[in-house]
Amino acid sequence: MPEGLATTHEASHSALQHHFENMEQQREAGTLGMWVFLVTEIMFFGGLFLAYTIYRYQYPAAFASASNHLDIRLGAINTAVLIVSSFTMAMAVYSTQIGKQRNTIICLILTMILGATFLGIKAVEYHDKYRDNLIPGQLIPGHPFNPVVAKPGDTDPHKLHLVEGATVRNVELFYWIYFAMTGLHALHMIIGLGIMLVLTIMAWRGRFGPEYHAPVEVSGLYWHFVDIIWIFLFPLLYLLGRHLEGHIG
Amino acid sequence: MSEHIVQPRIYIVIFLALIVGTALTVLAAFRDFPGPLNVVVAMTIAVVKATLVVLYFMHVRYSSRLIWLVIGSALFWLAIMFALTISDYWTRTWLPPI
Repeated sequence: MPEGLATTHEASHSALQHHFENMEQQREAGTLGMWVFLVTEIMFFGGLFLAYTIYRYQYPAAFASASNHLDIRLGAINTAVLIVSSFTMAMAVYSTQIGKQRNTIICLILTMILGATFLGIKAVEYHDKYRDNLIPGQLIPGHPFNPVVAKPGDTDPHKLHLVEGATVRNVELFYWIYFAMTGLHALHMIIGLGIMLVLTIMAWRGRFGPEYHAPVEVSGLYWHFVDIIWIFLFPLLYLLGRHLEGHIG
Repeated sequence: MSEHIVQPRIYIVIFLALIVGTALTVLAAFRDFPGPLNVVVAMTIAVVKATLVVLYFMHVRYSSRLIWLVIGSALFWLAIMFALTISDYWTRTWLPPI
């Protein structure tokens, strides 16, 4: 064995892969890799945000009519739920860094509960849209997009209230964008819940510690990223429609 | 570069700031600002919230310059995509129809 090789691997750990010099380098490489993946996600969601922007610019009246049908209360609650889950995720990372395995498991389980709460509220919202026949196209076979348009003076919240200049067809376009964006976001949440479950099992088996916790760290990056997407989706989809109504019609 | 451990105290401050930001953006939605200011206010709050998450929850403030470069390039390419597409739609009406 050549001299000096032993010192290179001084900080050796059972989780150290042979192509890395030490745990520090391995951790840095993992974080960089996760960020490169998140960049592809930024570009991927970016395309949807761009589609949203163009749509809003072209059909402001339809955008306002459709956006005002969304439930701001549920959207705001879900925003808060996701922020709390990001906090518990950050605490899970902190707990592994200082080697508190029990706290890591508790934080991961709390994060999963909050993630599931978000999806539950989202399901309620989707069901509301289903009941009001606002699922676009033939996404659900035999249940086409067919909202009841409210007459002037009618305040029934289940009916579609068209702002002057809006057409039902362009409102349908909003719901394509809404379901594409929130649906993909929800899919990311479901994948995130799967990752959390794996992490919890790994933490349960004592795989993590101050030396090695890269899986928790990079999964945290993913979870926070999904939170950031929602931070933008909430005002764009739920809130901004309110203003346009006063200016048009 | 050794790993920087962010203290829970900082996480709590950021968490509270995010909750306040959410409350502010909802409150702002029920006020009507003149012209395009509504979008500006909502997006400013969202960008501040996202920046706090990236810098502290995602530890980027304490990360290497390489990570900063990766994120910066992502935002740069995102800006190109938006700028080119929007300049197209925006200027379409400038020329009279043929």
